[in-house]
Amino acid sequence: MVTEAKVKNSMSLEFLSLPENVGLARVAVAAFVAHEEVDLNDLEEIKVAVSEAVSNAIIHGYRGQLTGKVRVKAELTEEGLSIVVEDQGCGIPNVDLAMQPAYSTDPERMGLGFAFMQSFMDRVEVISEVNKGTQVKMFKALPSHKD
Amino acid sequence: MDLKSADALRRELEASLDHARPRILCLDFEGVTFIDSTGLGVILGRYRRLAREGGKMVIYHPQPQVRRLLEISGLARLVEIYPPEGEGCKAYGD
Repeated sequence: MVTEAKVKNSMSLEFLSLPENVGLARVAVAAFVAHEEVDLNDLEEIKVAVSEAVSNAIIHGYRGQLTGKVRVKAELTEEGLSIVVEDQGCGIPNVDLAMQPAYSTDPERMGLGFAFMQSFMDRVEVISEVNKGTQVKMFKALPSHKD
Repeated sequence: MDLKSADALRRELEASLDHARPRILCLDFEGVTFIDSTGLGVILGRYRRLAREGGKMVIYHPQPQVRRLLEISGLARLVEIYPPEGEGCKAYGD
C-alpha cells in the first residue's frame, strides 16, 4: 500500500462516528479527487468504497456508539488515489473471515461491504487489532491522473 | 441510501407493509442518487419479508450507478427492475 510515487495532493478528515458523517466522508473524498478528471464510474466506485469503510467503522468498530473518532486520509499521487479509513474501536478478531463475501454479523446487512471495496478499488488492505482499532487502506489507479 | 437513512427507511417500509400488506411493493428509485450495502440490506430485508408472505418487489427508475449496485449485489435477480420507460405500478393492477 505504501507508494513511492510523488504526492500531488493530500487531505485528512476526522469526525465523530455519526451515521450522517458517512455522506460527509464520501462527498469530501469525491470532491478531493474530482479535480483530476476522474471517470464518473471511477468516482461512483470510490464513493461506495469510502461509504462502506466508514460505515464499517461506525457499525462494527464503534458498535453504534456515537462518540468514536473516524479518520479518513486521502492522497493523490501520479499513480492514483490512496485512501485510509481508520477507527480506534473494538477491532476485527478475524480479518480474513470478515472479508469473505456475504459474511455479516447482522441479518439486516448483506455482508458486501468489503466485497464492494475489493471490487471497486485495486487494492484493499485491512490492519486490525482487537480493542485497538482498524485501518482500511485502499488504492485505486487513476490512468487519467497521469501527466 | 446509506447508514444515515437506513433506519428511517426500514421503519417506514415496515410500517407500510404492516398497514397495507401489499402483494406487490413498488419502489420508485428515481430520486436515489447513491446506495451502498447498508441501503441494499434494507431493501433485501423487505424483499425477504414480502417473499415469505408470497409477495414481490418492483424497483422503478434506478439511476445507472444504483442499478449497477443492484446488479452486483445480486438483488437484481430477486426483485424486478424496470427502466424509466416502464409503465409504473399500473402494469400490475395496483
